[in-house]
Amino acid sequence: MIAYTDKIRDIARRLLKDCRVETVIGFRNGSMPMMNEPCFIKNVDDVDHLIWDGNCGINLANYLTNRTDKIAVVAKGCDSRNIVTHIIENKIKREQLVIIGVPCKGMLDKRRIKAMAPGEVTRVVEDGESVRVCGAGFEKTYPRKDMLQANCAVCIHRNPVIYDELVADPVPEQQNVDRYEDVRAIEAMSAEEKWTYFENLLAPCIRCYACRNACPLCYCPTCFVDESTPQWVGKSQNPVDVRTFHFLRAYHCAGRCTDCGSCERACPMGINMRVFTKKLEKEAFEQWGWEAGLSLDQRPPLDTYRPDDPQDFMK
Amino acid sequence: MQPNPYLPYPVRIDEITVETEDKNLKTFKFTFLNPGDEEKFAYHPGQFAELSIAGKGEIPIGIASSPTEKGFVKFTVNKVGVVSTALHNMKVGDVMGIRGPLGNWYPWERLEGKNVVIIGGGFAFTTLRSSIIYMLANRQRFGQIHVIYGARTPGMLLYRDELAAWEARDDIHMHITVDGTNDPNWKYNVGFVPTITDQKAPEADADTYAIICGPPIMIKFTQPVLDARGYGHDNIIMSLENRMKCGIGMCSHCNVGQFFVCKDGPVFTLAQLNGMPKEY
Amino acid sequence: MKYIRIDKAQWAQGLAAAEKAYRLFGPVREGAMLNFAALAPGQAPDLDGLNTRMSARSVVYPQSEILFEYTVDPNDPDGNVLKEAPAPAKPAAAVGIRPCDAYSFLLVRRNFDAPDVKDVYWLRNYEATTFIGLACDHPGSTCFCTSAGCGPYSEQGLDVLLQDAGDAYLAKILTDKGAAFLAAAGWFTEAPADSEGCFSAGKEAAEAKITSTVETDRLAEIPQMALYDANFWEDIAFSCINCGTCTYLCPTCWCFDIQDEVRGKHGIRERNWDSCMFPLFTLHGSGHNPRGQKVQRVRQRFMHKLKYYVDKYGDGIQCVGCGRCIQYCPVNIDIRKVCQLMNRFGQDAACKVA
Repeated sequence: MIAYTDKIRDIARRLLKDCRVETVIGFRNGSMPMMNEPCFIKNVDDVDHLIWDGNCGINLANYLTNRTDKIAVVAKGCDSRNIVTHIIENKIKREQLVIIGVPCKGMLDKRRIKAMAPGEVTRVVEDGESVRVCGAGFEKTYPRKDMLQANCAVCIHRNPVIYDELVADPVPEQQNVDRYEDVRAIEAMSAEEKWTYFENLLAPCIRCYACRNACPLCYCPTCFVDESTPQWVGKSQNPVDVRTFHFLRAYHCAGRCTDCGSCERACPMGINMRVFTKKLEKEAFEQWGWEAGLSLDQRPPLDTYRPDDPQDFMK
Repeated sequence: MQPNPYLPYPVRIDEITVETEDKNLKTFKFTFLNPGDEEKFAYHPGQFAELSIAGKGEIPIGIASSPTEKGFVKFTVNKVGVVSTALHNMKVGDVMGIRGPLGNWYPWERLEGKNVVIIGGGFAFTTLRSSIIYMLANRQRFGQIHVIYGARTPGMLLYRDELAAWEARDDIHMHITVDGTNDPNWKYNVGFVPTITDQKAPEADADTYAIICGPPIMIKFTQPVLDARGYGHDNIIMSLENRMKCGIGMCSHCNVGQFFVCKDGPVFTLAQLNGMPKEY
Repeated sequence: MKYIRIDKAQWAQGLAAAEKAYRLFGPVREGAMLNFAALAPGQAPDLDGLNTRMSARSVVYPQSEILFEYTVDPNDPDGNVLKEAPAPAKPAAAVGIRPCDAYSFLLVRRNFDAPDVKDVYWLRNYEATTFIGLACDHPGSTCFCTSAGCGPYSEQGLDVLLQDAGDAYLAKILTDKGAAFLAAAGWFTEAPADSEGCFSAGKEAAEAKITSTVETDRLAEIPQMALYDANFWEDIAFSCINCGTCTYLCPTCWCFDIQDEVRGKHGIRERNWDSCMFPLFTLHGSGHNPRGQKVQRVRQRFMHKLKYYVDKYGDGIQCVGCGRCIQYCPVNIDIRKVCQLMNRFGQDAACKVA
């Protein structure tokens, strides 16, 4: 990770010095364990603030939307796929970007690590293939691969799909992962079981919209939940309104979601709303063999028509 | 028991007047359903109220009638959002609510014996109408009164009959203007409010106050004119708008710095605004 | 001061008795998280956790609260006339509320209990609530209450302060309201004579464990517009995603929206928490937005808590140091750092966050 950090700083320094970009967007050290903060660097003297480790789970494509300047952006596999999606959807131009690709080894699941610890976690140290978790009166070491965010554990695109610089050799992609075990488990439920499952899943939601706002796909100038003429959804904690928000947001992400996990990571209540987007991701894959953000040359399935599109849903 | 400040007085719509040629502005005349509510709704020119429609919500609107007019209250409403559109669709006889009066008002005690220049643009003339009626009803309490009022076209001026009646009086100096017109019979000014202000506003002195209410662009260009004419910033009085919900300084939607437009305002002097964030 | 000893063996039984007269709220385990919520009949509050994810704000000020009810039936003589929603029949008790959360109501009260206008809903709920606090013997790493006007044993805003004494709770009765709750629970056992000593020793030990602080001494004297125009806001705001996490988890945030909803002929006017982080919060009907940019909204939140409030009420910051916004901000914006930047404005040559 230190090697990654050094390389990111070197590249950023060079890009700024050569005036190839006005801004570098990356991560700086956070004030909390397992938290880094997205930041921008405009000055060569500040590049040493940039860092990289397993706590860079926020998707930086989210910070590119509608920018007009020339930017270098640090991008792991999923960020790069969202950058592709951004370019396809005209939210940023390829020419504006210098993509500093980071072959990713997965992000740490801060929630799980906190839950497993016997007390408040004050320090987490990544050490090769292991993670050391420290707090008042305890220190525990876990294999790193067991401490990854759920989306990272089943990720098959760890390497950036598009980049101008690469901070290290590509990492081997994970083979034989079962990406949709969780979705299938829900699919197997009866209607009543699903209803209860979703009801419980969304019960803690406070409608802070952290999931929506952390998502690079959610860039609508006015989100449907904020429309007043007509008003599509109520503003209270009524469960119908809460559900409507989550279901519709998921549909808006269909065929676009890269399962970067930013939504779940951002949620202050620990809700795994990824089960909705993943179900649609699975459909896109099974119906059209589609995985979002892999190519600049291919239109997403929901904005193209092909005569051989499956039509089983029509009865 | 404390009165519930969120509870509107029930009112009936008595009269609806379409004010402008685009039909987007209507004046609603309300009478209170419950005896005694009119007295409780005692107000000063410059204040506003929340118009409340069950099932739709509330909108803050300046009071267009004057406290010297008894038996009713009037509001002129532009059709922009959910509530104002619903209001525009209502009929004479319909029941709705009014909550207020809210906010502060033009500083009538300070204006006693002073010259007053009213400067208004577009549909922000409502509390200015209230003020003019009020001053004319108490004419001996004020010095010279000037009114500079502009709209895009003659058909977009509010209260046209009253404007004509005030024109005919010699105790109020009317300077009505439009941005442009091809009406050959137009006998008033043509030009933007800042230009007409420069031409017609009386000389500045310590006893002359300007009250400005209008769209941000009009205010932006009128203020330097008054500056150049030597108006002191304590003598320039403005009425602000911001998104509001509660109208009583609770919900914090309309704050500008530590002040609430709904409660500490909507009326501020330019001297006050100079020390506040420009978040309006 | 009177002290009572509550044997933990009598805890559940006492709460069951109190439940007859009070609606009980307290920390409850919801999945992996501790939340402050209504206790189900017979449910004991979970007092083992540090602090609840959501603050106790909703006991007095629920996220959605009905203000009025009405019918929109034009044939009903009362059609379109609003009727005040009834108050809850029973008083409430917040059992196991932390001192910082209890103190927050005093800060918020200044807004809802203004000299000239009263928010009748907030006040009636507040006055109908008894606050049974639990002292924090194990404050967390992001707790900075001692420099934010309260502390782990703060009694401000509490009716009773409990101290965990192993097999019992020691209860310090602070008000008549508190005494009435303990009586309703049937807890009368006089505490040992050295209880006062236990509290002061506990207080000292707990305060010593607080490692996190904020500096606020210069906030009042720095001119408002100088802070507003300070050069650090863009750097602070960059990472913000403009979600409502900080404002909704905060015990001292009070902004709300008012909405009407109708189902069939029955309508309600309700208020819902709102957040100054949302662009919609300030959007005018004309489309103009005085705080249309993210940096303006982030600045608003910190200026409100750390400057406007300070200037308006002249009695400290609008923050109790609970640390929730630091713990749960998705992008790690840290109010302690922002407060330091603001407090040191004009002193530090380089105003950098990192």
